[in-house]
Amino acid sequence: MKRRDFLQKTSVATGLLTLGGLGLQSFSTAPKTSKITILHTNDVHSHIDVFGPEDGRNANKGGVARRASLIESIRHENPNTLLLDAGDIFQGTPYFNYYGGELEFKLMSMLKYDASTIGNHDFDNGIDGLYAQLPHAKFDFICSNYDFSNTIMDTHTKPYRVFKKDNIKIGVFGLGIELDGLVDKNMYKETKYLNPLETAQEMSRILKENESCDLIVCLSHLGYDYKDNPNKISDLKLAAATKDIDLIIGGHTHTFLSKPAIVSNIEGKNMLVNQVGCYGINLGRIDFYFDSEKNKTANGTSIVI
Amino acid sequence: MNFKPLFFYLFLLLVFGCKESHLYLEKIEGKQISISDSLPVKSDIEAFIKPYRAHIQKDLDSVLAYSADTYTKSDGEFNTAIGNFMADAVYDEANPIFKSRTGKNIDMVLLNHGGIRSIISKGNITTRTAFELMPFENTLLVVEMKGSQLDSLVDYLSKSKKAHPISKLKLVINKDFNIVEATINRKAIENNKTYYVATNDYLFNGGDNMNFFKPNDSVYNLNYKIRNALIDNFKKVDTIKPVIDDRFIQIK
Repeated sequence: MKRRDFLQKTSVATGLLTLGGLGLQSFSTAPKTSKITILHTNDVHSHIDVFGPEDGRNANKGGVARRASLIESIRHENPNTLLLDAGDIFQGTPYFNYYGGELEFKLMSMLKYDASTIGNHDFDNGIDGLYAQLPHAKFDFICSNYDFSNTIMDTHTKPYRVFKKDNIKIGVFGLGIELDGLVDKNMYKETKYLNPLETAQEMSRILKENESCDLIVCLSHLGYDYKDNPNKISDLKLAAATKDIDLIIGGHTHTFLSKPAIVSNIEGKNMLVNQVGCYGINLGRIDFYFDSEKNKTANGTSIVI
Repeated sequence: MNFKPLFFYLFLLLVFGCKESHLYLEKIEGKQISISDSLPVKSDIEAFIKPYRAHIQKDLDSVLAYSADTYTKSDGEFNTAIGNFMADAVYDEANPIFKSRTGKNIDMVLLNHGGIRSIISKGNITTRTAFELMPFENTLLVVEMKGSQLDSLVDYLSKSKKAHPISKLKLVINKDFNIVEATINRKAIENNKTYYVATNDYLFNGGDNMNFFKPNDSVYNLNYKIRNALIDNFKKVDTIKPVIDDRFIQIK
């Protein structure tokens, strides 16, 4: 907490601090304003190196070592930063074929990722192959709608997590795509897929009511939008059918958006859905600015994209 | 000393100072940042990757065999030299494994023309060649099929007008794409005989509209990737010089 902000906030009590003999630590008053930065990637698919200059589509783009310097500079600018991934970390370059995901997890740990959800390709070496690489990951796997209780992954993922940054509570939950028909059953074994919409409703309720989160983020590997398959759940449908979610960070469909999508939720409140393509060629950045209630205007939250 | 003011102040402190002040979300800003070459490279990350990269490069560039010519999937109407090589290599590598585990022999191999993902160039064949030829992780399956079920496989091939790689199956079609001859081990396919067909998981699951494998509950997963079968084959042979032969022809 910034001391200056604290002093401003508690001006009514400042004269008393010494008198009362109470230290600063006794108080957990929120600062007047706060800024939370959420950085995100999806579908990096083992793309560790920069694309070569001769690449037809992504020449000279991407590369973990460059992403690392960008993330470092953003963290320097705002220490209240979360770094998240929406799954499909594995598969796509020989790094995965040779090392089975070890290097991907080690690098994400070095970049200080806070959490990731699980994509369908993360089962490409089987659920045992995913489990085998867990010791290399110093970040959490958050997945709320895969029931791993009859698998080796049991207890190794979290249904949600609450991060506290600058006194702001950020609740993160994760949604995986239906594996049947997409991944060989021998690969995902007894992993049970639970209804993502029901799970999202349950998770957002827990995070809002029980955990009193100020921000709720959904890490989704459901896919952005399925125009040809209107019955298939997607990030856009999920956003419109739920409440209290501030941001859905998507993946799976490798969707390149020119800017994050503003979606009206079931209560008519605007929220954001974002996805940054694939292969680590982009980093998504969402900044949330908090102010004290007394400065609240009638206009509500403004979204600048 | 009068403590009254102090208690009063402490009361105020509790009410105003310690109250969890409510913050509200005033503004959200969202954008996408391109990871472009204008960003500096973080040297410790780069240094960490380097030995992994060097090992892979060295391994991918290791020479496994020699190719006598350049082979592509477009030279050949119903069978191609490159496809014949792949299907035969799969048979040569997979059959000893299948036989040791089940005591049975593979009767034929079926891959798909679209699964030949690159050419084989004249000169050195490296591990990289195998990755280019087969970038996917598809694994080999052996499917138990009755002769009657094989008929739909053969029918599919006769109508496909593509050089899907096959091994041990011999097929002759006429100008109307009807089957004139379909043999396995020089013998006509028998309706009640059981055949063991090696293919990959992608095709077994209906890839390339190969819907004739299912329903089927007698499938043996070799847990052996096609790419690894190719690599193992390259390691065994000194030079590859496959040819277009008579395994699948049309009489005009």
